Amino acid sequence: MKKTVFLGALTVAAIAAGAASAATLDDVKARGKLNCGVVTGLVGFGAPDANGRWEGFDVSVCRAVAAAVLGDPDAVEFVPTTGKTRFTALASGEIDLLARNTTWTFSRDVDLKFEFVGVNYYDGQGFLVRKDLGVSSAKELDGATVCIQTGTTTELNLADFFRANNMSYDPVPIETNAEGQQQYLAGACDAYTTDASGLAATRATFEDPAAHVILPEIISKEPLGPLVRHGDQEWGDIARWTLNALIAAEELGVTSANIDELASGTENPEINRLLGTEGSLGEMLGLDAEWAKRAIKANGNYGEIFAKTIGESTPVGLARGLNAQWKDGGILYVPPFR
Amino acid sequence: MTKLSYVRTEMLPEREPPTSATGVIGWMRQNLFNGWMNSLLTLISLAVIFWLVAGLLPWFWSPTWNAGSLGQCREIIAEAGKQSGACWGVINERWPQMLFGFYPQDLRLRPTLAFFLLFVALIPVLFAMISRRMNWLLLVLVLFAATFFGPGGAVMTVLQIVLGLGLAWLAWTVVATDRADRAAQIKEGVKRLPNPLIFSAAFVFLMPWLLWGGSVWVPVGVALGFVIGWLVFRLLNALIGSLAALILAIVTPVLWWLFLNGLFASAMQAVLPYGLEPVPSRLFGGLLLSVTIGVTAIVISLPMGIMLALGRQSDLLIVKSLSVIFIEFIRGVPLITLLFVASVLLNIFLPPGTNFDIILRVIIMATIFAAAYMAEVVRGGLAALPKGQYEAADALGLDYWKAQRLIIMPQALKISIPGIVSTFIGLFKDTTLVSIIGLLDPIGLSTSIRADTNWNGIVWELYGFVALLFFIFTFSMSRYSMYLERRLRTDHG
Repeated sequence: MKKTVFLGALTVAAIAAGAASAATLDDVKARGKLNCGVVTGLVGFGAPDANGRWEGFDVSVCRAVAAAVLGDPDAVEFVPTTGKTRFTALASGEIDLLARNTTWTFSRDVDLKFEFVGVNYYDGQGFLVRKDLGVSSAKELDGATVCIQTGTTTELNLADFFRANNMSYDPVPIETNAEGQQQYLAGACDAYTTDASGLAATRATFEDPAAHVILPEIISKEPLGPLVRHGDQEWGDIARWTLNALIAAEELGVTSANIDELASGTENPEINRLLGTEGSLGEMLGLDAEWAKRAIKANGNYGEIFAKTIGESTPVGLARGLNAQWKDGGILYVPPFR
Repeated sequence: MTKLSYVRTEMLPEREPPTSATGVIGWMRQNLFNGWMNSLLTLISLAVIFWLVAGLLPWFWSPTWNAGSLGQCREIIAEAGKQSGACWGVINERWPQMLFGFYPQDLRLRPTLAFFLLFVALIPVLFAMISRRMNWLLLVLVLFAATFFGPGGAVMTVLQIVLGLGLAWLAWTVVATDRADRAAQIKEGVKRLPNPLIFSAAFVFLMPWLLWGGSVWVPVGVALGFVIGWLVFRLLNALIGSLAALILAIVTPVLWWLFLNGLFASAMQAVLPYGLEPVPSRLFGGLLLSVTIGVTAIVISLPMGIMLALGRQSDLLIVKSLSVIFIEFIRGVPLITLLFVASVLLNIFLPPGTNFDIILRVIIMATIFAAAYMAEVVRGGLAALPKGQYEAADALGLDYWKAQRLIIMPQALKISIPGIVSTFIGLFKDTTLVSIIGLLDPIGLSTSIRADTNWNGIVWELYGFVALLFFIFTFSMSRYSMYLERRLRTDHG
């Protein structure tokens, strides 16, 4: 009897969960705020400034979605999440969107029942070494001591890489990136390995960055992207096409500077469709015609966001590399807006 | 014949002690250079201290207070011709954030006021030696000071004048009549000022209102719940007996809080709208978060722990088993696990859409965790009392609660003071664990601050600042416990 009641309660809860997640768009509109999960702090990708305003590459995705849906890039409730709490926060409905440099993997997509809506940064694991070590390739690291964050995919990638190349290494386990920086600078390890974007950010903080090099080998694929819950395709579409709109805007030459001019109508039908002067793409998403215009205006197009937060002119100093448009030798390739 | 005497009949006048035993030299001979071994140890210690200070001081003494980034700090340090130095610019730029988190800037007066009022409310509870006049003087002083930082306007000016006059009058009475005179006046029948504990009780409801804002009628309604419970007990005690009255006195306020308080608050709000701008828990951060969690948990866990300790010693089977299960279960689980339950599991178990405040969840978990430990500390005090004390209380004809209140608890708690304060300090420091579930307490914020491109790479300055903040709190707590032990010492040792 008791068991039945318990199961019954669980079923009710599950149905209620289904019902609640089926209309995220309505929930967000009713709330007037987008609940967006972000990192507690990662250089260039997301951090609060001195006034408590969140800024960064991943944060811009939140702001773009908020602008598209609610018309206000500041209508976002930022929920800082850690590596351990991020997935439950999303699964439980505490947040509507997780934009927190999360690697798109099979098990996260399929087993954890999330939907990755795209990739906003193609990352990969690299190595940072001192120049005077005289190493120019990761293949020469045989017998090196390597600082490595425990419990991450990078740890497994490292083991795979060294085994595949028949080399040995001595791991120095560390907990956080800050600890890794300290250990590496103190000479506790010859090489420090983590995502290449993180290595670049770390190197930028050194007193003498020129004395350190990031080795050319990238030993893993880390496609980082925003994700939503399974089961609400409409909401997933909104997030996916907002991200796509930012990338397409760069491809089509729509910037925050010329968007108002272009929005009054151009010769290029795809720009017109994107900015809502032609066709009814916004309506299909359940939004108004100017959704993409607002999303792009929030922080600029993908290229502008990249340049402002993590690009070569910032202290993080990342090159576009893989994250360039397909026309420029990168792999950013969005489906057409049609 | 002269009378010979070898006994001195008059006292010799006191003489100054030899200079080698007095003053600085005497103290040093006594304490630092008492024998060759101690002299050697003193010299070694002095050398170590000198070495530490000589190493640290140049690092501390770094003219980087106004730097805007780590790079600027390095430039300034290089210009000053030093090898290395602290980068204090980060503290200069971020200290308000470390203290208040994301609390709206124009409303930060509220938590500050709550913090100072906390001391005013605690003083009559913690220190017996401050007079009522001094306490009310302090309260008016804090409020008066706060009005100068608040928003302007006619109401504020009137308030300022009223508070200023009150302040002047109270100050004058304090200056004009000293303690002895005042005591004589009171003996003659002069009316005393109201007991400052009234404000302490009101502060329990005032603090959440100041921090979270919202309608003033919500805390008023919550306070009303206690009044209702008390009235129920008083009215029914004679009619249906004390146990039934006690149960009803607990059930009625709970029903009031759950079902009627919301109605009451919204009805009163419609009639007399007054409230502060609400601030959601998400915006709490930094030291404000630690202090909010710590103080609430400390204040609630002590009475809860005492009840659990009594429950564990009780003869009533159900009460005893419940207390034992609670204490052993909570003590058997790490605090981290409880925090994960609060942030992760509850999220999944509660129906979606329930908005159960995350900070409230954390406060509840921290409180029950501290209460379980507190129960065992208090039980230690109870166990240390000789059985004769219990029997004496029985022999005097006191009932259970009176015996506890008048005989057992005052002694048991006195014995447990070091343990209680250790639990408090531990709890306060444990609040930093919330950074693991993504709440931005001072430790969590220092990670966020380091993620700013300007300050990436700064470690010691931030952690040092956090350590200093916590040290101030924990050290004052431990000093207070020593004061309390001295005050309560009755063995004339």
